[in-house]
Amino acid sequence: MSNQNGGKAAGFQGKLVDRAFNVLGVLLFLAVWQSASMLNLFGPDFSASFSPVAAFSALGEMISSGELLHHSIPSIRRVLTSLFLAIIVALPIGVLVGYFKRVEQLTYVVFQFMRMISPLAWMPIAIIIFGVGDVSVTFLLWLVAIWPLILNTSHGAGRVSPLWVNMSRTMGAGDSGILRKVIIPAAVPDMLTGLRLAVGVSWIILVPAEMLGVPDGLGYFILDTRDRFRYDQLMATIMVIGAIGYLLDSGNRWLIRKFAWKI
Amino acid sequence: MNDMAKTGKLLLELKDVCKTFRKDGAEFRVLEGVNLRIDEGEFVCILGPTGCGKSVTLQIVAGLLDQSSGSVILDGKEERGPGPHKGMVFQEYALLPWRNVIENVEIGLELKGVSKKERRRIAMEYLEIVGLKGSERSMVHEISGGMRQRAAIARALANHPKILLMDEPFEALDALTKEEMQIQILKAWEKTKTTIFFVTHDVDEAIFLSDKICVMDINPGRVKKIIDNRLPRPRHENVCRTDKAFGEMRDQIIQLYSSLKDDELDLVF
Ligand SMILES: Nc1ncnc2c1ncn2[C@@H]1O[C@H](COP(=O)(O)OP(=O)(O)O)[C@@H](O)[C@H]1O
Ligand SMILES: [Mg+2]
Repeated sequence: MSNQNGGKAAGFQGKLVDRAFNVLGVLLFLAVWQSASMLNLFGPDFSASFSPVAAFSALGEMISSGELLHHSIPSIRRVLTSLFLAIIVALPIGVLVGYFKRVEQLTYVVFQFMRMISPLAWMPIAIIIFGVGDVSVTFLLWLVAIWPLILNTSHGAGRVSPLWVNMSRTMGAGDSGILRKVIIPAAVPDMLTGLRLAVGVSWIILVPAEMLGVPDGLGYFILDTRDRFRYDQLMATIMVIGAIGYLLDSGNRWLIRKFAWKI
Repeated sequence: MNDMAKTGKLLLELKDVCKTFRKDGAEFRVLEGVNLRIDEGEFVCILGPTGCGKSVTLQIVAGLLDQSSGSVILDGKEERGPGPHKGMVFQEYALLPWRNVIENVEIGLELKGVSKKERRRIAMEYLEIVGLKGSERSMVHEISGGMRQRAAIARALANHPKILLMDEPFEALDALTKEEMQIQILKAWEKTKTTIFFVTHDVDEAIFLSDKICVMDINPGRVKKIIDNRLPRPRHENVCRTDKAFGEMRDQIIQLYSSLKDDELDLVF
């Protein structure tokens, strides 16, 4: 009895200790950053405004002035729109590629080739076709998000055991039943892994993509703070970019925990 | 006692079923004119050494493979392709790992469009028949091999198949669980009165379970002899394995195989 209680307490305490180390890491990081700026490591002119203290006060200012929301919302909107469009296109393609050997052979070289090209390389073409603005940015993000989604979904659909397919046929499943009850659910864990990778790269590509002439967004705001010599706001924006990226990824990890089946 | 379920009506007939596979351009014959008749409510075992074509025969009946010639007639109709009226239990269970036990059992009913409430009710009924009540919410990776196979049997039975096809379903289980499952399948058979066509290479298993044993020969696979098994039922109590009649039947089957070369024999005696 006491053993069991002890084990439980130890488990709970263990979790607390784990969390404490996470927090400690963040504090250490801030301490190193603050010391670096106090030691003038960023140069004599700018070190003060590069400090976390300056960044946090600029962050407070940006929140109360509404600037933060004004620039975060378009960024999040662009990423989510492009992800949504990428999912719609990539999941069916991924299932086809994964399930039919011939489709995989047809697309293999092209897909491996395309996914190695930075979407920013397409930027001039995007601007010629869609003009400067939201559509171009969304297109570039879409272009970076589809590859991890397609490749992971096809990997998942390709792992479907022939045994499951035969079983479902003896249970009365036709092609659509096999697709709905076996292939798609079997591919869900890989789809979610693909989604996590897609969110990661989209969020990373977002900042340079928003430097291409849109009037708002976090990428735009980075350039704007630079032009106004507001390095404290620049550092605050960088922190916000990291924080939103972290939250998006946490959401993905939660989806994986909840919906990815185990063997 | 099970003579009540047996109507003497012919349910499944295999007529001159042949199967030829092509490998590296060469053809080789796996089944050579298999003939077999199974009556409604019967429990029939195919017994034969590994590689004699037992699985191929069962898959042809299930509609998962096409025969090269000959015909499979179920309930008076020539059969083509798989369907829910021919339930199949695979040696590897074939449960879907993203579903829990009861959701696995419900899959056939789901495909038929049965309402959720009705599905639950039917699935619970069959989980009870196979002795899995209480584990319906478990995930597949959480339960033992024996429990997985029970779930797979409940899943096949929940479709009300005309015939239940079982391909060495207990081979992956340990000896004790195997015996437990043999008793369980007899109980389920008596309750549901389903016709069962059961593949095994275990002589004792065939004798313990069946009304009729179809002994197969190898190279090419064909029916060597069909033996009527008149051991009394019910056989749950396990005593009958030591009966004189049980031993005699075992001897008879071993005699049949004595003509085969030793290296082709991997039957369990
Ligand atoms: N899909 C297939 N393609 C080619 N050969 C097969 C196929 N399925 C089975 N065979 C061959 O047919 C023979 C009988 O196989 P099987 O029915 O699995 O034997 P068992 O009696 O052990 O179940 C074996 O020699 C096997 O290699
Ligand atoms: Mg076999």
